[in-house]
Amino acid sequence: MRVRIQSAPFDYGAECAGFGLGGAGVGAVVTFLGVVRDDRGGLSRMEIEHYPGMTEKAIAAMAEEAVGRWSLADVLVIHRHGTLQPGEPIMMVATAARHRKAAFAAAEFLMDYLKSRAPFWKKEIGADGAEWVAAKDEDEDALGRW
Amino acid sequence: MIDVLYFAWVRERIGLPRERLETSAATVADLVAELMAREDRYAAAFADVSALRVALDQELASFAAPLKGVREVAFFPPMTGG
Repeated sequence: MRVRIQSAPFDYGAECAGFGLGGAGVGAVVTFLGVVRDDRGGLSRMEIEHYPGMTEKAIAAMAEEAVGRWSLADVLVIHRHGTLQPGEPIMMVATAARHRKAAFAAAEFLMDYLKSRAPFWKKEIGADGAEWVAAKDEDEDALGRW
Repeated sequence: MIDVLYFAWVRERIGLPRERLETSAATVADLVAELMAREDRYAAAFADVSALRVALDQELASFAAPLKGVREVAFFPPMTGG
């Protein structure tokens, strides 16, 4: 299990290559990449603030829960902070399990929890000023299914 | 003494990322009331606590939670990770 919080870019392909392979009983690997999206057009950059210390602890707790619930062979979470450009990778999740359903479910669980329970805050900076991204009710509601 | 941390627009509204306070507040809500009485910028930041979250020693908590033994309190808006 690895959790990395970093300002530096990461290489999604290199992180995925070999992830979960070689472990006994691994039959499925799921990987997810989150990208800075320009929803309204005119986004010049995104600034991601986080709470050093709590971020690592909160994500490690989520990852441990996922390992226990879906008997994962391995899990990897990388989340960036600092200044990012549109189209750049923000974060990734990878899960390795015996079967596909467990690998997908664990990855979705981690994504849902990262959205609403990991202490990150996104600010969008565009031509018309800067704005903090508001949390969505549907993201909070998504936790209910777990 | 207690460390109080602010993030995102709470930090911007109050104008600093953290401070160390002497407080006799028994709960988070009491601490918020103390802060709001200090200056307008605090009153503005805490005007609607339903729009805020609080963590005690880096664990999410409620505004009714006691502060006894707590070393670090953090106030921030709902999280937007992922």
